[in-house]
Order: sequence, then structure tokens, then C-alpha cells
Amino acid sequence: MSVISRFLTSRWGPILTGVAVGVMAPILVKLGNPGNMGICMVCFTRDIAGALGLHQASVVQYIRPEIIGALLGAFVAALIFREFKPRTGSAPLVRFLLGMLATFGALVFLGCPWRAYLRLAGGDWNAIFGILGLIVGIGIGIMFLKRGFSLGRNHPAPKALGWVMPAIMITLLLLLIVAPQFGRDASGNPIGPIFFSEKGPGSEYAPLLISLGVGLLIGFLAQRSRFCTVGAIRDRILIRDSHLLNGILALIAAAFITNLILGQFSPGFENQPVAHSDGLWNFGGMVLAGLAFTLAGGCPGRQLFLAGEGDGDAAMFITGLIVGAGFAHSFNIASSPSGPAAFGPITVIVGLVVCIVIGLTMREARV
Amino acid sequence: MEEQKTIDARGLSCPQPPMLARQALQKMNKGVLEVIVDNNTARENVSRMARSLGWEVSIEEQPEGNFRIVMKK
Repeated sequence: MSVISRFLTSRWGPILTGVAVGVMAPILVKLGNPGNMGICMVCFTRDIAGALGLHQASVVQYIRPEIIGALLGAFVAALIFREFKPRTGSAPLVRFLLGMLATFGALVFLGCPWRAYLRLAGGDWNAIFGILGLIVGIGIGIMFLKRGFSLGRNHPAPKALGWVMPAIMITLLLLLIVAPQFGRDASGNPIGPIFFSEKGPGSEYAPLLISLGVGLLIGFLAQRSRFCTVGAIRDRILIRDSHLLNGILALIAAAFITNLILGQFSPGFENQPVAHSDGLWNFGGMVLAGLAFTLAGGCPGRQLFLAGEGDGDAAMFITGLIVGAGFAHSFNIASSPSGPAAFGPITVIVGLVVCIVIGLTMREARV
Repeated sequence: MEEQKTIDARGLSCPQPPMLARQALQKMNKGVLEVIVDNNTARENVSRMARSLGWEVSIEEQPEGNFRIVMKK
């Protein structure tokens, strides 16, 4: 076990994790997941929010086992390698807010950084605007970090706190399997409280056990290798460290090759799966997401893995993601393949203002 | 006299520990910098960053899961 751990924490760890994600995500698409969406931390969280009835967009409702697996895989790795350290207290409410704002931005683009790289590797050139936006958002976040921005220190917490998110994930898994239908509509047909899409991306999914297994493996690898799709760019710019960036390059290369082999590479801007071609808001949405992720300390995947390690602040970020995804659809913020929604662009602008205020005002409190 | 500095980075999450350490190392040019961190990720990131700048790194495990990272040049 310690040999595996040493390998995963070496320079090869992020590369191996990136290759694993890059190979398995397109395979999940082949097995049923939506196009270029083998894994998307934000889209899948949004589907979970829909399945729980937090929004009524009937095409994006499903409890995604990949998310459950990713958190539990990190939890298992943290337990095995003695890194399960429950902690909290680093501005949890601000992290909740940043989670919501990151979701808004990502759903204007239609994907988190993971999916942005996967879309690029599938030939969706709209992702280029999203990735450029992500880099700009991370760059703005770095300016705040250099000026002394900090969400403050966490402190050790009771073990029980660290078990909350894993317990929630196991509950979600049970809800997926049992799929309770207690409610009745006007005609007396069973409806809710768990909703599953009958058409649209929410109705497209790979077999449960395979999705769960892939999630577990990725969570395990990523916990050890500290894989982060935002930290990769941030560390390269901020501390000239390419350790994580190599993992992202490996992800894109592996996904590109796997897509080619599976016949899923389809280059172009138009008619890409679960994507729109409005360059400005593909860019703008990801500026907001990149900034919010950077202020919060990592991409949505990394936040899930940290929550699996017992980080209660990362868990608040994830909770913000889920709640924000509910609002994103109820308030007509999330884009659709036909383009940005009525309130998407204005939400991005307001979200950027809120992030800038957070970036300028949050400093480590002096005791 | 050789410059000596200590940074307490306990409770801070990445990228703050390596960023603070890097800023200090760049100001020092040579001397001894000691950084205290409380998790493996920060330990790995700080020591990798310091080595890439040509500093000699030694790590001492302390009670309660803390690490004392000493960087010398």
C-alpha cells in the first residue's frame, strides 16, 4: 500500500489520475452518460439537485453515482492513509456562497473545468472560450491571493463532523436504489420526492455499478495525488509549479485518444452535445466559475475529495453547489443548448461583483 | 548574520502555505526558513516548491500531526 501511496504522491500521481479520468470518462459516455459528459462535477451535482426536487427542470434529474463514488473513494483513501482529519471554521458561509456562484458560472458555460477539458478532448471548440475564461478567472483570484486574501484558518473538529458528508452520500445512494415515490399528482399517479428524467441528459446514464466504481476509483486516486483542475492552472501561474498541470494535460490527451478510438471525436462549434455556441458567455460564465473556485481553494472535484477527507468547509462549498444548482434552474440562469438563459448573463456580472468584494475584503482575522 | 524566519501555516489550505513560503524565500535569498504545516498536502507542496528554487529541505514530524519544514540555502 505504501508503494502505491508514494507513487501517487510523486510527480506521476496527477498524471496517472488524469489518464484514468481521460480514459474512463469517454467510456462512461459510450455506456450511456450524456455526450462529452462522462464526468462533470457541476452538471452531475445539478442532476442530483433536480432528483431531490430542488429544481423542476425535468430533463436534468438523476442521482449521479459518480459524485457519490468520488466522495466515498476519497473518504476510503483518507482513512487508509491516515489523512482523515475532520476540520472546519474557515469561513464556511462564504464558501457556501462561493459554491453557489461557481455553479451559476459553470451552468452558464454548461460544465465545470473537468467537463471543459473533456469537451475540448471531444472536439467541442466552444470549450476553448470556457477554458480561456477559466484561466482569466483564476488569474483574477491569484491577484487577490497575492494581496493577502484568505478565508482564514480551519481548526480540528470532532470525528463525527467528517462522517456527515460520507453519510449523506450513502443516503443518496439508497435514495437512488430505492427511488421512493410517496407523492401523488392530481390524477393519483406516484410522483416524487425523488425525480428521474424520462428524456434529456438526465435520462442518459451508464449502469449504476460501473458509474459508482469509476467514481470510487477516481476519488481514491485523486485524494492521494491531490488532483485539482483549477489548482493546476493556479499553481503554474502563482508558484511556477506544473505538478498538477501535467495531470490535466494527461487528462486531455487520454480523453482525446479514447474519444478517437470510440468514434466520439466530432470537431466543430455547432451541434455539440449539451453545449451552446455563444462564445462571450461561454467565456464569461467560466471567468466567474474560475474566480469562485480559486477563492474557495480548488475545483469542484477537489472540494468533493476534501469533503471526503473530513473538511467541513469544503463540504459547505459542495452544499452551496447543490443549492446553487437548484436556483440556477428555478431562476432561469442555467444555459440550454439553444444559448444563455434570460438571467444567465446578468447573474454572471452580479456574481463577479460579489466575488470581487469577497476577494477585497476577506483577510485572516487577527486575534 | 544568517537570516532566520518562521511561518506558522497551520490551518491554512493550499495554495497559501507554498505561496507564503515562496514569498519569504524570494525575499531572503539565503538563510533558514521554517514553515509549520498541519497536513501532508501542504508538506508536499511547500517542500516541492522550495526544492525547485534550489533550497535544501528537511522535514521533521511533530506531535498532533504537524510538520516542521526547514529550508536552508
